[in-house]
Amino acid sequence: GAERYFTRWYKPDVKGRPCEDFCVLQHSNRRICVITLAEAHPLLRSGKTIKNINYQISANCSRLQNKVSGKSKRTCLFIFQMQGAQFLTELAPLCRISSSDGEEYTIYSCIRGRLIEVNENILSNPALLQEKPSTEGYIAVVLPKFEESKSITQGLLTQKEYEEVLLKRRGSAS
Amino acid sequence: MSSLTEKSRPIVQLLLNTGTCPRCILRFCCVGSQMLYRHPHKDLMKDLQEFLKNSQEEEDTVCLDVADPPYKRIRLEHREEGADDLNHNGAIPQLPSAGDGNAAMESSAGNVCNVCLGILQEFCEVDFVKKVCQKVNSADYQFTSFVFSVSLPPQLSVRERAAWLGVKQQMRNLGLPLPKDDIIQLKEAYKWIIHPQLSEELGVPADGKSLFEVSLVFAHPETDEECHFLATACPDCFKPAKNKQSVFTRMAVIKALEKIKEEDFLKHFPCPPRSPKNLCDALEIQCNNGAVFVAGRYNKYSRNLPQTPWIIDGERKLESSVEELISEHLMAEFKADSFNFSSSGREDVDVRTLGNGRPFAIELVNPRRIHFTVEEMKRLQQAINDSSDKIQVRDLQLVTREAIGRMKEGEEEKTKTYSALIWTDKAIQREDIAFLDDIKELKLDQKTPLRVLHRRPLAVRCRLIHTMKSEYIDEHHFRLHLKTQAGTYIKEFVHGDFGRTKPNIGSLLNRTADILELDVESVDVDWPPTLAD
Repeated sequence: GAERYFTRWYKPDVKGRPCEDFCVLQHSNRRICVITLAEAHPLLRSGKTIKNINYQISANCSRLQNKVSGKSKRTCLFIFQMQGAQFLTELAPLCRISSSDGEEYTIYSCIRGRLIEVNENILSNPALLQEKPSTEGYIAVVLPKFEESKSITQGLLTQKEYEEVLLKRRGSAS
Repeated sequence: MSSLTEKSRPIVQLLLNTGTCPRCILRFCCVGSQMLYRHPHKDLMKDLQEFLKNSQEEEDTVCLDVADPPYKRIRLEHREEGADDLNHNGAIPQLPSAGDGNAAMESSAGNVCNVCLGILQEFCEVDFVKKVCQKVNSADYQFTSFVFSVSLPPQLSVRERAAWLGVKQQMRNLGLPLPKDDIIQLKEAYKWIIHPQLSEELGVPADGKSLFEVSLVFAHPETDEECHFLATACPDCFKPAKNKQSVFTRMAVIKALEKIKEEDFLKHFPCPPRSPKNLCDALEIQCNNGAVFVAGRYNKYSRNLPQTPWIIDGERKLESSVEELISEHLMAEFKADSFNFSSSGREDVDVRTLGNGRPFAIELVNPRRIHFTVEEMKRLQQAINDSSDKIQVRDLQLVTREAIGRMKEGEEEKTKTYSALIWTDKAIQREDIAFLDDIKELKLDQKTPLRVLHRRPLAVRCRLIHTMKSEYIDEHHFRLHLKTQAGTYIKEFVHGDFGRTKPNIGSLLNRTADILELDVESVDVDWPPTLAD
């Protein structure tokens, strides 16, 4: 479907938390990135039920209030919009998700860039996050700076490298 | 009708003495007869001299007879110069003696005019006109009329004012009433003289609305700094210049001249102005033709052709483009400097445009050739079609600038029909897709697709799918024909764009769907007019 135009990059064990892996889908236009859970993330293990998804990450900051809206396709409005959008660093939290077994997980941006949107569909339908984590269940869309569109992948793993990480994990588990 | 009257005598006398050419003198005397200005410089000079001499003898008769055409006014009978002429005790107040006048006249005959810097002198002569026309003819433009535009150095406005203030001062000194100040503009007089000559030489009439422009730029570096005193007198008229260009533009100088007080001007600038050493330079003689517009409809048969050149970091990613394939030939035939291509919407690189094609219009900038018959346009169309199998054009025709609006209207308002080849992950049977045919006016909410989000603002657009017709192929494929509102993203309607287009084929069929092929079947705009073959 829509995901075939994207290259998958991975960030495993974010903040040292085991298996909290994320996937960054980078579009072939080299700019737009979609942040999703990677398949090994605990939230995607069977049996987990999502209790709550919260985009309010602190008292003053809600990712839902990201000011990026407009009706026009004029370039000048686009630039204006981008200036209003929140700028994220790699470890900027996007949302907090709690599961019914009492666990809490933070989803991180994983890359530097401007926050374009967070997925409100998973607020109304949290199951989407688990059923279609790589498409309809995405977390957020981030637009890196033009100059950084190539360098953002430097801190990330390719699909192949990630698969090796997964292999290693299974190896050490057995 | 204005005429050279007795009232003008002191003006003529002063200006002639101080180095002003005959035509500028006529301007300052408000002489409005165009024909008079076209008389040869020498003749005008002689007539003015006669006018001055004769008046000393014929004080009573004269110049009160306004019925006479102006040129008769000064073609008074030639008298022999006698000693009497040199001394006069006229009833009119003291003027500088005619003797002094003569000396000044003779020397000023060869001098560059202190007001027009030669524009109404040398630059009205046959030789110069021939030079201009040579330039025009060698530029090889097609034209049926011309408009002539002239750019004058700003200091001319300063000198004009200085001469006029000199005249006013003189009149005050002589106790005479101040003359009317609706003097003839220099540019206007210049055009009176040069238009008929250009017209004759080029063989076409002068017409203010002409699309063919001949433009002339004059400069006079010798006196460029004459404007500078205005900056101290009226500093707020002169904004800091960008790009090292002079801050003393014509507009700024004129504005300052409107503001500056007479006393201040007189303090800073000699009135009347001093004679320059050199003539103006005619810097550039340029020709420009107004843009022509060619419209038509194009079909696109390639799934590997962008609409506009696809270049990233200076590297061309895909060969050629729709606009280049069409415009190349037009540029060559019309011999234009450049083109601007626009169309009623556009399709992606991998999308074909079938049916009647998509309306487009090309603006050809500064074309050398502008006349093409219907036959010639047909041949041009054939040449484009013979040169490529990736695109084809039809209904190629010349249109006006206004017509472009109709095409852009179409982009936003008119419907389009498409044919999409769709793949599904889970198997489908005929009955699973039949219901699509019954859905009318399906309302979509489409967020700006991810694939264009890097250059378009985030927005939600509401679009209608008017009708659909499905064609079952096999368990994982079917073809869908759709008629949609302008501005609908079809690909996103099929694959859902991460759920950001709702509803989508995937959500309607409860499967994951993807689009394998898309064709534009029609663009429902009835412009440009269909041409008979």
